[in-house]
Amino acid sequence: MVSYRTPLSRARGLGAARHGVTHWISERVGAVALVPLTLWGVFAVLRLAAGDYDFAVHWIAQPLNAVLMVLLLGISFWHMASGLRVVIEDYIHVTLNKSALLILNLFVCGLAGALAIFSILKVAFGGGAY
Amino acid sequence: MSDAAKAPRERPLSPHLQVWRWHITMATSIAHRATGVALYVGALIAAAWAVCLASGPDAYAAFKAVMGSPIGLLVMFGLTVSFFYHLANGIRHLVWDAGHGYDLKSANASAVFVFAFTAAATLAIWLIAAMTGAI
Repeated sequence: MVSYRTPLSRARGLGAARHGVTHWISERVGAVALVPLTLWGVFAVLRLAAGDYDFAVHWIAQPLNAVLMVLLLGISFWHMASGLRVVIEDYIHVTLNKSALLILNLFVCGLAGALAIFSILKVAFGGGAY
Repeated sequence: MSDAAKAPRERPLSPHLQVWRWHITMATSIAHRATGVALYVGALIAAAWAVCLASGPDAYAAFKAVMGSPIGLLVMFGLTVSFFYHLANGIRHLVWDAGHGYDLKSANASAVFVFAFTAAATLAIWLIAAMTGAI
């Protein structure tokens, strides 16, 4: 059958270049990963809150603890960035303000996440700062 | 044709918060966002913890003193509530995303469960914290 649609119309009909679903699914996969990771995180907070600095350093030096903490922090900050992004997009409609807040959100999550992960790795590899 | 000369008619606005009767599924939706934003702050506190740990014993002791103060404990309590709520309601959303539990009866029942779980889990964790010397 001959199509009378213009190439532009056909391109529009294809949707978001097949990236929309990827974003949606990756948000959910991140959320699924956070279920066990955050529950472990609650256990971690309870242990760490009861201990002192030396305990925390030794605890983070354990490979399993270091890796789980890095994953927890990394996926959390990524989840936060995509979550607050939707909140900003929903409530802020002035383009300049919206763009500024979206960039700020991304930079805050990126900076805090990078600082947190670097700090964990520093303690895990190098021990405490005495 | 005289209609065209008149001022444009008042168009209906889309309904907003104040015209809806409050119902439990609406409350869960709003609370999911609110707790998400609260946990955003919580994650920044977690990042501060990691940086203090890497900075040395003095910074770590200062962090623990701030979080162990009455205001710090209040913040931690709020974060505990937010966490268990966001966890339970997030799982509820994942179930919906999988295509289940969308009917009104199930949605209302799961909403009640989420609030009950939040209260029970928060209480349980703070009891454990008190028993294990975390607070």
